[in-house]
Amino acid sequence: MPQKTIAGKEVEVNEEGFLQNPNDWSKEVAKEIAKEEGLELGDKHWQVIDYMRSDFQETEKSPTVRRITKNSGINTKDLYQLFPGGPGKKAAKIAGVPKPVGCV
Amino acid sequence: MKRIVILGGGTAGTMMASHLIKRLKDDWKIIIIEPKEDHYYQPGFLFMPFGVYKEKDIVKKNRSLFPKKVDWVKERVANIDHQNNSLLLKNNEKITYDILIIATGSHTVPQETEGLLGDLWQKSIFDFYTPEGAIKLHKALTEFTGGDIAVHITEMPIKCPVAPLEFAFLLDSYLAKKRKIRNKTKITFVTPLSGAFTKPVASKILGHLLEEKNIHVVADFNIEKVDNQKKCIVSYDGREVSFDLLVTVPTNMGAKLIEDSEIGDELNFVPTDKATLQAEVKENIFVLGDSTNLPTSKAGSVAHFEAEILIENILDYINDREFSHNFDGHANCFIESGYGKAFLIDFNYLQEPVTGRFPLPKLGPLSLLKKSRLNHLGKMSFKWIYWNMLLKAKKIPLVGATMKFEGKNIKGE
Repeated sequence: MPQKTIAGKEVEVNEEGFLQNPNDWSKEVAKEIAKEEGLELGDKHWQVIDYMRSDFQETEKSPTVRRITKNSGINTKDLYQLFPGGPGKKAAKIAGVPKPVGCV
Repeated sequence: MKRIVILGGGTAGTMMASHLIKRLKDDWKIIIIEPKEDHYYQPGFLFMPFGVYKEKDIVKKNRSLFPKKVDWVKERVANIDHQNNSLLLKNNEKITYDILIIATGSHTVPQETEGLLGDLWQKSIFDFYTPEGAIKLHKALTEFTGGDIAVHITEMPIKCPVAPLEFAFLLDSYLAKKRKIRNKTKITFVTPLSGAFTKPVASKILGHLLEEKNIHVVADFNIEKVDNQKKCIVSYDGREVSFDLLVTVPTNMGAKLIEDSEIGDELNFVPTDKATLQAEVKENIFVLGDSTNLPTSKAGSVAHFEAEILIENILDYINDREFSHNFDGHANCFIESGYGKAFLIDFNYLQEPVTGRFPLPKLGPLSLLKKSRLNHLGKMSFKWIYWNMLLKAKKIPLVGATMKFEGKNIKGE
């Protein structure tokens, strides 16, 4: 697995840039990853990220888009605007949780 | 007398009833709760729009399918009270149980998408996951004279995830051979996935086949709404795909009853232990078929393999033993590719579909992830196997509940 320095910290990421170790995550790391994705994080972004992290801790699975919009208080339309081009994947990457296993 | 109640008499529930009647002693009463009279051979829905099957070819009465010694309660269930091991029926009767098996399946919910049930519904927009939809789509296709057809998946997971692809392949060959209007028709395959299928090797091979057949792919398309005026579907990121005929697979969800009983996830599927098939909510509830939240396909083959595992685990549970059987996510699906040929894929939680031979290594006779006439004949003979072996819980020779690695080219090609 490739190593990468994010926010002054040496972290392990996979080929797609997802953090491999959840403990490497911090708000600073999230901001840095978001910047790479061309995003400046606002309150609504954090609302989604905080939900995703707490849900992951509870279920050990990354939430789907439907789950995020049902439980985080952000509706689907807004979610797509907050994280353009695939909110499930992009928000997961910034929140430091694994890429959602959408489907089988 | 102790009671085991099966909730739902579809593919999974009927198979479980057949297993239980063979294996449980007389001190158990087996009850199946199913409000409907008819049982459809659901893989047949795919062929109805092309006139291969009529409705009467794929339907039988539940009365003829449930084992005789099973008590059939023909009623809807309003609520599962898992704390008191009790079910409340719509007619206000109560049924208590010692063991509950949930087999309430999944179904399409077109209401979930804005505009889908608008003016064009069942005029220019059809599904083929219901008998009514498949019948009406057949009529629309016979009247179709050329234009844009979009084959569309709303949201994953869906029952039988390969069915929309099969539909696109069959549509291509139907329009070319039977109708001679393929050159006047543009077919577009619209999917929320990043490619043709969910797993990399199969996605690549099936993606090539779409290209070969001149079927355009619009990927990563998450539908926001149907615009009935402009006759197009619109994604959350603002892309539009216009259509003269839209064939869509609406959002699939588990039963409303699961939501009302507060034992489901956001799509009303029941959180289930992926190995033992025990419900997470309570130790005397088990789940199989499309109603689980397991990370494998929602498909009849999966329900069949699960049933072979679950019957052993239920006997373990009754006899106070540790669970002896683990489900591995085994799925096995034929994929019709048009022109009288089909693919076959065989996979589980960990092993994605790859090329190889099935069920015997080297000998086959079926080929994995490769189109052949024999695979197509396998698919067509499956209807007989379904009614006469699967639903009756008879073992299929050489095809076990656990996936075999032998005969598979594990590194892909």
